[in-house]
Amino acid sequence: MSALRRLVLALAAPAAAVGFALVTSSLILLLIGSNPLVAYGDMLEHASKLETLVDILNRATPLYVSGIAVAIAFRMNLFNIGVEGQFLLAFLVAAHAGSLVSLPAALHIAFILVVAMSVGAAYAGAAGVLKVTRGVNEVISTIMLNAIAVSGLVAWLIKEWQAGGSIGTGTTTRVGTAPIDESGLLPDLNGVLELVTRDLRPGKELTGVLVLALVVGVVYHVLVNRTVFGFDLRASGFNPFAARVGGVPPKRMIILAMSISGAVAGLVGMAELMQSGYFPSNPIQGLGYAGIAVALLGRNHPVGIAFGALIFAFLDVSSGVLQFSGAAPREIVVIMQGVIILAAVVAYEMAHRARNREEARSAAAALHEARAEA
Amino acid sequence: MPYAIELTGITKRFPGVVANEQVSLAVEVGEIHAICGENGAGKSTLMKILYGMQPADEGAIRVFDKEVHLGSPTDAIAAGIGMVHQHFMLADQLTVLENVILGAEPTRSAGRIDFARARAHLREVGQAYGLTVDPDDRVETLEVGERQRVEIIKVLFRGARILILDEPTAVLVPQEVEELFRNLRGLKSAGTTIIFIDHKLDEVLEVADTITVLRQGRSVATVKPGDVTAPDLAELMIGSELPTAQTIGVTVTDEVALEVKGLTVVEEDGRVVVDDVSLRVRRGEVLGIAGVEGNGQAELIAAIIGTAAATAGTILFLGEDVTHATVRHRREAGIGYIPHDRHREGLLLQAPLWESAALGHQTRAPFAKGLFVDRAGARERTEWVRREFDVRTPSVEVATHALSGGNQQKLIVGRELAAEPAVLLAAHPTRGIDVGAQAAVWDDMRAARAAGLATLLVSADLDELIGLSDTIAVMMRGRLVAMLDPATLTARELGAHMTGAGVRGDSR
Ligand SMILES: Nc1ncnc2c1ncn2[C@@H]1O[C@H](COP(=O)(O)OP(=O)(O)OP(=O)(O)O)[C@@H](O)[C@H]1O
Ligand SMILES: [Mg+2]
Repeated sequence: MSALRRLVLALAAPAAAVGFALVTSSLILLLIGSNPLVAYGDMLEHASKLETLVDILNRATPLYVSGIAVAIAFRMNLFNIGVEGQFLLAFLVAAHAGSLVSLPAALHIAFILVVAMSVGAAYAGAAGVLKVTRGVNEVISTIMLNAIAVSGLVAWLIKEWQAGGSIGTGTTTRVGTAPIDESGLLPDLNGVLELVTRDLRPGKELTGVLVLALVVGVVYHVLVNRTVFGFDLRASGFNPFAARVGGVPPKRMIILAMSISGAVAGLVGMAELMQSGYFPSNPIQGLGYAGIAVALLGRNHPVGIAFGALIFAFLDVSSGVLQFSGAAPREIVVIMQGVIILAAVVAYEMAHRARNREEARSAAAALHEARAEA
Repeated sequence: MPYAIELTGITKRFPGVVANEQVSLAVEVGEIHAICGENGAGKSTLMKILYGMQPADEGAIRVFDKEVHLGSPTDAIAAGIGMVHQHFMLADQLTVLENVILGAEPTRSAGRIDFARARAHLREVGQAYGLTVDPDDRVETLEVGERQRVEIIKVLFRGARILILDEPTAVLVPQEVEELFRNLRGLKSAGTTIIFIDHKLDEVLEVADTITVLRQGRSVATVKPGDVTAPDLAELMIGSELPTAQTIGVTVTDEVALEVKGLTVVEEDGRVVVDDVSLRVRRGEVLGIAGVEGNGQAELIAAIIGTAAATAGTILFLGEDVTHATVRHRREAGIGYIPHDRHREGLLLQAPLWESAALGHQTRAPFAKGLFVDRAGARERTEWVRREFDVRTPSVEVATHALSGGNQQKLIVGRELAAEPAVLLAAHPTRGIDVGAQAAVWDDMRAARAAGLATLLVSADLDELIGLSDTIAVMMRGRLVAMLDPATLTARELGAHMTGAGVRGDSR
């Protein structure tokens, strides 16, 4: 089979999933009396604006990091449902710690990132430790740790660390942790973007964390697919017994995999922190859970996850315009996200079978040719 | 004679291979029909099609003169076909009775299981076919042969009149094989039709009424055991004569490679599975461990490789105390391992072949360069193993599960020998490998021995034990009970020692 056909088959599945989601949501929209064409038209028109593209990338960045965090654990057959709690806690502690120190720019940023990753790693690692010492399933422990983080630790610590009154430059009222010095914030990418496009509307910033996210994607790929550690990780995921006699220490591997997943999860909140400089008292939620969907859609592949993150970000951002234009209820995008996930699972399986059939046919043809020649 | 099974023109293709091509097979009612063929000839595939586990691409299936479509094992069971897989599928914690009725529970009102009826039915089935089991034994306490009997009864309990067995003798010692064959003959006289796959040709000739030989996916011959000899059969299978085994004299040196002193392994539930075992394997020596499966051989090996903790005693590898070393340390130091269950401990079934070939060696050249996987080196080594050990596969990129059982086994043997270990722990190294390839593997193991390899060999195949070992230790209930000299030992005598019926060991 040619490389081209292979590529077509690989792309056919996600394309079919998106197509199916479009058909389903069209039917729903028709059913409730909205015109799907108008709704999609509004979404696309909106998305073609430069400012909206920036919004989509800003949204896709944390989704991507979250997807990678989930994927790392997935490769070892571990389900890190706890990215949500890990990232919120890391976000908060990093924001607070970052506001307490003043350092030169590069060091300040590195310090904040290291704090965020350490907190995420420790919190996820706790689930790993529970698994190897007490046999607690990581799904259960991470869900419980989420609850503890979100409605316990974060709610309590934000009260402790909340800066009094309104803070910031004065244009808006912001309530949250004390602001981080300018030196701790990652510069935006507006300059780079404006080199190839026009100037952005004032107030729009393309997050510099996008670059960090890309680095995370590359490191993920190299670590999992190219290093011995990644081999051990995947081997444990495929067959823990065989991995064990193959020299992979199973307990250490579980704790390490969870910790690394958590360290990446710790970076999910950085897209916001590096821009705003503080942890808000009503933080954004759901990025951790969306990461599970994005990893699933991207089949744990670094490029696939990027596509998944972009699709989800596009739909998220579109929900705003739908509400604004009134063409359709904004909730339709949530339905679309759900349908895409379900359809993707089915479509991947179908593509897999199609590929097998195709290869079997070409094998048979080759055999007959060989026989005919003989 | 009416036919129980008629397969016509069965074709099944997989990516890169044609597993069955226009295979036709007719099995008479009440006969024992053996299927022979090289590794990868398509035997298991054909049986899976007959049991509804895989759809055929082409061809027709008739069962008891009715055309049938078998979309799943449920359909096959309804048609009267039952299959005993090579890997037993019993729940260890349940009793025999519970295992037998699992999935086919007779119920009373409100869905309660009717144990009394089940028990009565089990007794009937047992009596009708002359198979004895205690319904209240827990499966984990049974020996391999007994477990297999439970599997057979389980199938008969569901009303099967045609019984398929995939390599049933591979896990049995000779005494158990005889017992199995007695049972099969009993089933036959009760009217059951039996199809079985076997690589041991003398066994096939002993018990089969008809033999069908597959070669490269096609049925090449159907013969009666009276008309052929074992070499004839082998020739039909591989298309040429069997290679003769090479002989190498004694290569034992003075240098002790592996020494185990007073090793004791106690399970969590307090059972002593390895009891004060001491042994020594020198470079160039093969120490065979004989014994009925489940007498502590697996645990002994596990303690030496490091997956079971030694409760007492020491393990010395080339003079170094490795009793508490990690598995990785032991493997990197040069302990090779061929596990007794290739699917459980030997392979990454979902991963490409070259990754399975790296398992256990992934930290060292040619599989690694520093902290990174050396993908080119790994592929090259896998290609080498594929060539040298005749692993039949379309490429080293295919998923490991796509290989036939025997070819998977050859990959493991090749992978371990290629790493040139100092000590090899080999559990049933040729299990599931066809006669031709088996002779080749034996040659490879002898050559490695001549080059200084110390081998601890556990095997249920007594010819293998006697043919390869320099010394044979008999293991029973966790203890080494006798040391025997294979030069003066027959398979019968060895078998008697293993079941404890034997004479006292002539301790050296
Ligand atoms: N699921 C699968 N996907 C791809 N190829 C397969 C699959 N199952 C079997 N094959 C291929 O089909 C061929 C026949 O395999 P099969 O398992 O039937 O052999 P076999 O005769 O049982 O061999 P063995 O004696 O080694 O068990 C082999 O070349 C094998 O690689
Ligand atoms: Mg087979």
